[in-house]
Amino acid sequence: MKIAVTGLNNVDNPGPGVPVIRGIKEFTEFKSEIIGLIYDALEPGSYIDSLVSGSYIIPYPSGGLDLLFERLKYIHRKENIEVIVPTLDAELFAFAKLAPKLKELGIKTFLPSTEQLILRGKDKLASFCKQNDILVPKNILVTSRQDVYNISSEFEFPVVVKGIFYDAKIANNLDEVFSAFYSLSSKWGLPIVIQQFISGDEYNVSTLGDGNGNSIGNVAMKKLYITDKGKGWSGVTIYDEKLIELSKNIVKKIKWKSGAELEFIKENKTNKYYLLEMNPRFPAWVYLAVAAGQNLPASLVQLALGKNIEPYKSYEVGKLFIRYSWDLITDLKQFEKITVNGEIQND
Amino acid sequence: MDKLNISPNLAISDNGFLFLSTTGETFTVNEIAKTILKEIKNGNDYKSIFKRLLNEYDIDEKTLEKDLADFINQLNIYNLIENY
Repeated sequence: MKIAVTGLNNVDNPGPGVPVIRGIKEFTEFKSEIIGLIYDALEPGSYIDSLVSGSYIIPYPSGGLDLLFERLKYIHRKENIEVIVPTLDAELFAFAKLAPKLKELGIKTFLPSTEQLILRGKDKLASFCKQNDILVPKNILVTSRQDVYNISSEFEFPVVVKGIFYDAKIANNLDEVFSAFYSLSSKWGLPIVIQQFISGDEYNVSTLGDGNGNSIGNVAMKKLYITDKGKGWSGVTIYDEKLIELSKNIVKKIKWKSGAELEFIKENKTNKYYLLEMNPRFPAWVYLAVAAGQNLPASLVQLALGKNIEPYKSYEVGKLFIRYSWDLITDLKQFEKITVNGEIQND
Repeated sequence: MDKLNISPNLAISDNGFLFLSTTGETFTVNEIAKTILKEIKNGNDYKSIFKRLLNEYDIDEKTLEKDLADFINQLNIYNLIENY
């Protein structure tokens, strides 16, 4: 069975593709061959021949759905793909919209609806959570300088200033909010999210929802080492029943269909968990979940294939991941092929 | 304060490495701290732990009382003991 996976950009801010592939390849109930779908000729995952048998450059979704669909059709003609697993935030809308057309071609996906993707967005999640009794930090959207002036009356400093898609900065006064506002809006556009700063420790949960309100699995992790980009470079599985039940409840309320990462902060003062973000795809650390006993990527493929699967009941606590960088050596010919032809077959 | 309870979420290894499974926090403790933690884990109360330490180590009662109370207070701050 051929499975196409995106997010092979295993760089210092890694995409989830490579760990997703590792999970799928290690699953013994089906045999799989992985096709990489990449946006750049230098995405490292496409050169790992033990994981990926071939890769194809695909156009950015911003180039239009038709273009992306035509490219996927071409790849499907050559490879006969059974399942596509997109793993990057920015492409999920496009793949969710293309899902019915891909199904007509015989390609299965297991994706959230566009409505669900909108709901978990940074600008919508807070109101959804409030309606469903899920704690979230106080949150407002700002689109102008005037809006920024007004936040002094609504928040105590510090506050967290977030870009609409990525990035967050802590601001201790109005000047720092303005500085963050300009830098984040020039990078990611408007609106900017201003969020109450909560003092506490962060916890992340890798989850998989079946689309009917059930969680197939939930694995919680505490980051032990964080890079200057804010990415976890090492982490350990933990278990707190409150956190896992809260995660299940979020998946249930939103009827999430696909993998996701839930980011929480546990407030020091109250020991209560606040949901900071819901990322609509597996995290880059999802292989830790696999190693701890919940092969969520493989379960997602099974769900895409229409199989009924039993939810995982437990996982191993105290499993540690430590990410490392490693120089993969290949021939210039490989780079040439992918650059000139837009595709590559690994030997 | 007589009866002390180790958090059920705390794993104590033989070489003094502690892992709190609900938070992912890790700690390293020295031999004496490890002995105290094991005593608590075995269900021994404050008085019997105090007695054992007084017999085993070259320390006067007053200093031990202060140090033990301080250590137990630290265990409490880090949520390593319960119902304290």
